[in-house]
Amino acid sequence: MIYSDIAIAAFAVSVMADLFLFKNSMLTRAAFWSSYAIILPFQLLTNWWLTSRNIVMYSPDAIMGIRICSAPIEDLLFGFALILSVMGMWEFWGRHGLQRN
Amino acid sequence: MWAGVCKNANMKQWSYMAMLVFTLCGSGWLEIVLKTGVLRRFKRATLSIAPISILFLIWDGYAVARGHWFFDRAQILGIYGPFSIPLEEYLFFFVVPLAAILTLEGITTVKPHWRKGEFGE
Repeated sequence: MIYSDIAIAAFAVSVMADLFLFKNSMLTRAAFWSSYAIILPFQLLTNWWLTSRNIVMYSPDAIMGIRICSAPIEDLLFGFALILSVMGMWEFWGRHGLQRN
Repeated sequence: MWAGVCKNANMKQWSYMAMLVFTLCGSGWLEIVLKTGVLRRFKRATLSIAPISILFLIWDGYAVARGHWFFDRAQILGIYGPFSIPLEEYLFFFVVPLAAILTLEGITTVKPHWRKGEFGE
């Protein structure tokens, strides 16, 4: 499996888990999408830093080759999966009464 | 200006770390100014970040081993953890998820009505 495959799988699994596994979905809440709207430009900015300066480099064989702000488009799927999963866990523990406030 | 700073080879080693510091500062002020109380809820933050980050680090280790991506040795500190993953990459999977939680809590501090639906209530 290459980066594209795993990124798509991570995206799909995180979305499925949020919608069907967790009892309360993040994807249906304004708080999530507002957060993502703030995070996305910062992701593009930091990704641009890491990739345009060749701090992180990708094998051409591992990516589709479409780039946004110098970073592989796969990074957007990866970032979305990471952020959604962590926020989902944060919400999960809150719902179970762990350090709610 | 940056090119001038980077004339010093030792500064260039901090290139990846600079991104992490930027992300930490860019989100950390929410904790101080908006009093999001995320750091105070260390246990909940850790239990939210660790299980997910471990999965992503397994992916990272696999991708590094297979050569899907690699790092410029001149732009990282050169400290490596398990699975040949650089220190910066380990920190990435702590700093970025923390920034995400701080953003979420920052948003709901400013817009409390968006807490509606939180915890399924």
